[in-house]
Amino acid sequence: MLAVLRCVMMRDLILAVRRLSDVLTTLFFFVIVVSLFPLGVGPEIEVLRMIAPGVVWVAAILASMLALGRLFENDYRDGTLEQLLLSPQPLSLLVLGKVMAHWAVTGVPLVLVAPLLGMQFGMSAQGIGVLLISLILGTPAISLIGAVGAALTLGVRGGGVLVSLLVLPLYIPVLIFGAGAVEASVSGLGAEAHLSLLGAILVLALCFAPWAAAAALRISLD
Amino acid sequence: MAFAGINWFKYSSPASFYPVAGKMIPWVASVAVILAVIGLYFSFFVAPTDYQQGEAYRIMFIHVPAAWMSMFIYVVMAGYAAMGLIFNTRLSAMMASSLAPTGALFTFVALWTGALWGKPMWGAWWVWDARLTTELILLFLYIGFMSLEAAIDDPRRASRSSGLLAIVGVVNVPIIYFSVKWWNTLHQGASISFDKAPSMASTMLTAMLLMTFAFWMYTIAMVLYRVRCEILERERHSEWVMALVEERK
Amino acid sequence: MGDGSGGRAKMNWSDFFTMGGYGFYVWGSYGVTALLIIIEIIWVLQRRKALLNRLARMSRLSKG
Repeated sequence: MLAVLRCVMMRDLILAVRRLSDVLTTLFFFVIVVSLFPLGVGPEIEVLRMIAPGVVWVAAILASMLALGRLFENDYRDGTLEQLLLSPQPLSLLVLGKVMAHWAVTGVPLVLVAPLLGMQFGMSAQGIGVLLISLILGTPAISLIGAVGAALTLGVRGGGVLVSLLVLPLYIPVLIFGAGAVEASVSGLGAEAHLSLLGAILVLALCFAPWAAAAALRISLD
Repeated sequence: MAFAGINWFKYSSPASFYPVAGKMIPWVASVAVILAVIGLYFSFFVAPTDYQQGEAYRIMFIHVPAAWMSMFIYVVMAGYAAMGLIFNTRLSAMMASSLAPTGALFTFVALWTGALWGKPMWGAWWVWDARLTTELILLFLYIGFMSLEAAIDDPRRASRSSGLLAIVGVVNVPIIYFSVKWWNTLHQGASISFDKAPSMASTMLTAMLLMTFAFWMYTIAMVLYRVRCEILERERHSEWVMALVEERK
Repeated sequence: MGDGSGGRAKMNWSDFFTMGGYGFYVWGSYGVTALLIIIEIIWVLQRRKALLNRLARMSRLSKG
C-alpha cells in the first residue's frame, strides 16, 4: 500500500519539477499578496506586527487555493485520471498520494518563505517559530480540504472561481487556529491549545478528505 | 419532512409523487397562511412590550424562526442529499436541490433581521459573534451548493456533486461554529455575550412557535412546488409528462 | 421580561407604526422578509409557467 502511495507521489513530483514555473507562480503570488498589505495599511510597524499572522495566513490560503486547479486538471485532460479510477488500488489512497505531492510543491515553499515575510512585518523570533509550526500543520489540511473542492469542480466551466466559493468557507477553522496560534504565543498565552486543535483538524482531514475527494472524483468522471 | 407515516418508497418515483405533491400544496399553503396570520396577530397585539428592549424585540418573532429554519433546512437538505447518493433515488436529490433556495432565503432573512435588531440594541449592525458568523458561513454554503449545481450541465452529475458538497458542509458547520466561538472568547473585548436567555412570557414563546411553524409550512409548499417543476423538467421525454402537457392544452 | 399576563394596553395605530421609536428597525425587518417571500413565490410561479409553455411548444414541434 505504501508502495502505491510512493509511486503516485513520485510521479506527481517529477511532473511538478518538470514544470517548475507553476510552483514558482504560486510562491510569488503568496509573496506579492503579503507585500501589498503594508502598502495598503501604512508602514507603522506596530500595526503590521499585529496583523502579520492573519495576513500571512490568508495569503497562504489564497495561494494554495489558486494552485488547486492543477491538482487533478492535467490528469483529467490527458486521461490519466480515468486510468487511476480503474486501477485496483483504493482510490482514496491514490488521492492521498496526489494531495501529498501537491502539498510538497505548493505548501512547503510557502512554509519556507513565511519566516522572511514575518521579518518584513517585524514579528519576533518566537512568533515566527510558531507561525512556521502552524503553517506546517495547517497547509496540509488546506490541501486536503481543497482536494474535495477540486474534485467536485473538475471539468466544470468557471471551475476556478467556483472552487473558491466552495472551499473558502471550509477553511475558516484552519485560519482561526493557524493565525490564532501565532497571536496567542505573541500575547503570552501559549500556542499549545491552538496548535493541538490545528493538529486535530489535520488528523480529521486526513481521515475523511481523501475519501470524500475520491467519491467526488467518481461522481465527476461518471 | 412532514410526511412521516406515509410509505415513502411508494411515492419515491417521481411520476407517482407528482400528483400527490400537487394535491398537498394548497393544503400546506393554506395552513402556512393561517399560521402566519395568527402568528403575526400574537407577535404584534398579544405579546407584551419587553421592558428592556421596548418594541424592538418584536423583530425576534421572525429573526429566531428564520434562523432555526435556515439551519433545519440545511440539515434536511444534507439528509436528502445523502439519501440520493446512497440509495440513488432521483426524488431525494430533487428534494435537496429544491430546498436550497428557500434555505438561503431564510438564512438571509436571519442575517438581515439580526442586523436590524442589533443596531438599536447593541449599537452595531454586525458583531463577530459565533452565531452571526456561522449564519453567514451557512449562507455561503447555500450559495456554493446552488452555484455548483448550476455550473454542471449534466443534471445527474449536478445533483450528485452538489449532494456531496452538502454532506461535507453539514459535517463542517459544527466545527466552524465551535472554532468561531473559541476565537471569539479570545477576543472578548469586542464581543457581547448574548447567552443570558431572557425568561420569556409564554405569549412570546407562542408567537415565536407559530411563526416557526408558518415558515415551516411555507417551506414545504415552496419545496413541493419546485419539486414538481423539477420532475417535469427531468422527465419531459416520458409519456406521462407528454400526456399531461397535451391535456393542458 | 414582560408582565406575562398576555394582555397589553390599548394601542392606537400611530403607536403601532412608530413601534416606540423602533419603527424603522421593526418594519424594515418585517417588510424585507415579506418582500423576499413574495419575490420567491412569484419566482416559482413564473418558473412553472415558463416550463409548461416550453413543454407545450416542444410537444407541438414534435407533432408538427
